[in-house]
Amino acid sequence: MDTAALEERFQARIDADERIEPKDWMPDGYRRALIRQMAQHAHSEIVGMLPEGNWITRAPTLKRKAILMAKVQDEGGHGAYLYGATETLGVTRAALIEELLAGSAKYSSIFNYPTPTWADIGAIGWLVDGAAIMNQIPLCRCSYGPYARAMVRICKEESFHQRQGYDIMLALARGTEAQRRMAQGALDRWWWPALMMFGPPDAESKHSAQSMRWKVKRFTNDELRERFIEFTVPQAEYLGLSIPQGTIDWNEFHEVLRGNGPCNRERLEARRRAHQNGGWVREAALAYAEKHRSGYREAVQ
Amino acid sequence: MTESRDWPLYEVFIRARGGLDHKHVGSLHAVDARMAIEHARDLYTRRQEGISIWVVRSEEIVASDPADADAFFEPARDKVYRHPTFYDIPDEVKTL
Repeated sequence: MDTAALEERFQARIDADERIEPKDWMPDGYRRALIRQMAQHAHSEIVGMLPEGNWITRAPTLKRKAILMAKVQDEGGHGAYLYGATETLGVTRAALIEELLAGSAKYSSIFNYPTPTWADIGAIGWLVDGAAIMNQIPLCRCSYGPYARAMVRICKEESFHQRQGYDIMLALARGTEAQRRMAQGALDRWWWPALMMFGPPDAESKHSAQSMRWKVKRFTNDELRERFIEFTVPQAEYLGLSIPQGTIDWNEFHEVLRGNGPCNRERLEARRRAHQNGGWVREAALAYAEKHRSGYREAVQ
Repeated sequence: MTESRDWPLYEVFIRARGGLDHKHVGSLHAVDARMAIEHARDLYTRRQEGISIWVVRSEEIVASDPADADAFFEPARDKVYRHPTFYDIPDEVKTL
């Protein structure tokens, strides 16, 4: 079959809502677009551990600390599921991580903002994870099987993240005047960056149309953004907090994407350092396994 | 900083509860089977999703070819008589 016929059959499968699996024929463009999107998604989970990890040692109670550790561990897990799903497309995790560390791969711009107060951890769970859920639920029905299945698992876990965030905000909103102000400050800081997580306005979104045709994407950026606002405004009202007035500063969005956000350099530096410092562990574990090859099988028998 | 070698890839199968089959849940990198099982526990059963884990090196999996699926599974297509609903049994006949 020639490429045009294969492409036609591929699109027919997509239109019939069939799932595409790793060894099925797929257009190069589909494969490349998925690798780009899934790798960015995986990187975002991994870099996303940093702003919150910042508060693990300073969480206000042991309970909050245990919860935050569980959440950050989940993010690492989500990164692992997604790297695994991306590898089914014929790339290696090592190569993807190299691209991240070299600064040539993107990740969600949201993680380039700082977390100056404990309330920021509440706002991240509530707003950032809330926006992520809004983006991710339609991906559970995405046309690429391994991505869709990873997203089902991730979405189940994200709901805990959003609720624990709202729970932090609730405690602060019901607390002292200073705590209420802290909560409002965090909402003010995270509101606009959270809205930017849905990506540029539809008119400027260069990958959207093709991505919708391939059913990787099911709703446009603006549709999801609107829905998020609709859900979130009453939640803010319940907290007695006010949603900031104004409009999205797209210039800021593009600057952060270009690497000029408040924490871009710090985030990448932290990832590089962690990767470099862990190098000897990875090498040693591999050397040990090679030396004791099949040792475990013998040990358990 | 360049990674010399990535750890081998393993496929992970989990039995959710007693009486159920092990089901494929995803993959992970590990240096050996023992580490793969420990990492699978941390990665795939953080919320008590399983009571038993199998891991197998991904390169050991042998699969049918999706490109040949039509021809490969064709022999079963015209054998509807293998299903009980193929047979019309009179209503009067019970427990059959």
